[in-house]
Amino acid sequence: MSILIDEKTAVIVQGFTGDKGTFHAREMIAYGTRVVGGVTPGKGGKQHLDRPVFNTVKEAVRATGATTSLAFVPPAFAADSLMEAADAGLRLVCIITDGIPAQDMMRVKRYLMRYPRERRTMVVGPNCAGIISPGKAMLGIMPGHIYSRGNVGIVSRSGTLGYEAAAQMNALGIGQTTSVGIGGDPINGSSFLDHLMLFEQDPETEAVVMIGEIGGPQEAEASKWVKENMSKPVIGYVAGLSAPKGRRMGHAGAIISSAGDSAAEKTAIMKDHGLTVAASACELGSTVAEVLRGRRTRPTSS
Amino acid sequence: MDIHEYQAKELLAGYGVPIQRGAVAYSAEQASYAASELGGWRWAVKAQIHAGARGKAGGVKLCTTYHEVHDAAQSMLGKRLVTQQTGPEGRLVQRVYVEIAEKFERELYLGIVLDRKAERVRVIASAQGGMDIEEIVRTAPEAILQIVVEPAVGLQQFQAREIAFGLELNLKQVSRAVAAIMGAYRTFRDLDATMVEINPLVVTADDRVIALDAKMSFDDNGLFRHRDVAEMRDLSQEDPREAEASQDNLNYVGLEGDIGCIINGAGLAMATMDTLKYAGGNPANFLDVGGGASPERVAKAFRLVLSDAKVRAILVNIFAGINRCDWVAQGVVQAVQSIGIRVPLVVRLAGTNEAEGRKIIEESGLPIISAATLAEAARQAVAAAAQPSRALPGNTR
Repeated sequence: MSILIDEKTAVIVQGFTGDKGTFHAREMIAYGTRVVGGVTPGKGGKQHLDRPVFNTVKEAVRATGATTSLAFVPPAFAADSLMEAADAGLRLVCIITDGIPAQDMMRVKRYLMRYPRERRTMVVGPNCAGIISPGKAMLGIMPGHIYSRGNVGIVSRSGTLGYEAAAQMNALGIGQTTSVGIGGDPINGSSFLDHLMLFEQDPETEAVVMIGEIGGPQEAEASKWVKENMSKPVIGYVAGLSAPKGRRMGHAGAIISSAGDSAAEKTAIMKDHGLTVAASACELGSTVAEVLRGRRTRPTSS
Repeated sequence: MDIHEYQAKELLAGYGVPIQRGAVAYSAEQASYAASELGGWRWAVKAQIHAGARGKAGGVKLCTTYHEVHDAAQSMLGKRLVTQQTGPEGRLVQRVYVEIAEKFERELYLGIVLDRKAERVRVIASAQGGMDIEEIVRTAPEAILQIVVEPAVGLQQFQAREIAFGLELNLKQVSRAVAAIMGAYRTFRDLDATMVEINPLVVTADDRVIALDAKMSFDDNGLFRHRDVAEMRDLSQEDPREAEASQDNLNYVGLEGDIGCIINGAGLAMATMDTLKYAGGNPANFLDVGGGASPERVAKAFRLVLSDAKVRAILVNIFAGINRCDWVAQGVVQAVQSIGIRVPLVVRLAGTNEAEGRKIIEESGLPIISAATLAEAARQAVAAAAQPSRALPGNTR
């Protein structure tokens, strides 16, 4: 199995007919993703990449039964398209767009809360590489060939660092159930925690790699959850140990960005909560291999 | 993006936040003329830099004659002001703000920030303004009032009132403080700010509430819909290389080391820098070329990295998804041929069109060190930086 997407997932592309939408929709189709259509307001009724184009997400959902969308929408219209997707009842929207104003994302997240948890849309991104369940479906801009089917989940804020982890694992013969890029923006649609919970429930996932960065409270929150609730091993890494302290103006930011923001602090938090932390970014693959070896040779206690 | 105090006050005043009358001046003559135009008998001359803690550093002077205003401005303009927030290099003062100075009874603190954890806007206030708010947070957190704003409806009057009463103001002052808090919040919300800080917010003997100092930072992603705010950007307050990089949509931060880095993606860039350190090297910069790195952008990235005289080796690490390795390789080859790179160059290409990219590098015949993995690339770059320098062929700079 995998999380979020597989070969049966019916996908529409928002911003289907634009340059980026077209290029990446083609790549996704070539990878085997079940792309059933797309949405571009004003181009409804046309065909694009041999698939129907709709004016609204609701129409697309009605006609195709899509449950999932990939959004390639310019920043100024991104919040609107996410709310449209949520209103049409999509289960999952992955948004690649970089440069969405933080206050727009704040409003989107508030809007999602209108729906009860069981019907609430999950947003992955923005400013992310997307989601891939190797050999099944790809929803994003990643190079599909660097992934292979296997039993390890990846969840990463950085797109390219997520690629790095996958490539190192592949070199050691370790494949992935699903790899999720949650994006590097201050406010994400979904967090490490959301995806760790899904990986925990996925029977095929044996271990998870969680790749964080400096800034924000997400890594600490997820680590705490891992210690209390996760039966599967989690391999952690936080980029930015050598990053200079950010320049700042005034003190207001410092009041709420309390302890736990730096890479060193987050790494310590991960270790304290029982995660295995890779010593450097070139040891992501080997650390996963070690953890898996330990797990397979030891009888599981849980 | 940050702006100056006088610009922040101009924006806040537009939303009904009371400020003192003042004028910006670029010369000592303009400053004394501004004082005479403003009238009154006491003025504050304030150095305009993108950093706080100016008072203790001599960046704010109280004057009672036009002469004193002139001399105060003269003493600040053209100099670098070093405060607790600027770092040892300080910031160049090119503008001063001349403001009518008035006596006040109380100094309060008002801040509005984007709270990443709550994913909400948070309003923070304290009765102990004017001083180091971080110190208060540490020593007396109960003296800090906080309100989290519900994004669907925005800040409500009752919330502003709670803060105002919490600051122990009298009734007249409360209604004025509520107007100031609501105005500051609307400025924050309408203009896509990430921070508004009014420290101090002062209360006068006749119950007026005035923003005596103001700082604002903006979400760069929101600037496209606020052209007037974007135009307030003052490049002289930014690191020149970082400013130049941002003009080309490159994200550059200068550091102390000697290995120049050209990488795609902020996470991979930071991880590569960490790996260099782990391998015994020292990165000279952070540089994210971003997605869609054309040969031209790669060449620009090389120029930027090479403008740092400390650089003894360059590491290019590209893991292409939305990028294409062949494009990046073309850019690398063009840059070497046209700029003439005098330091060893290590290139690691992976991802989309990886084979094509490597072929371009190999067939160029240039002495570029090719690495297959991140570990190898870091090792090669650290070794290269430790070697005595040699030149790559090409036009010399």
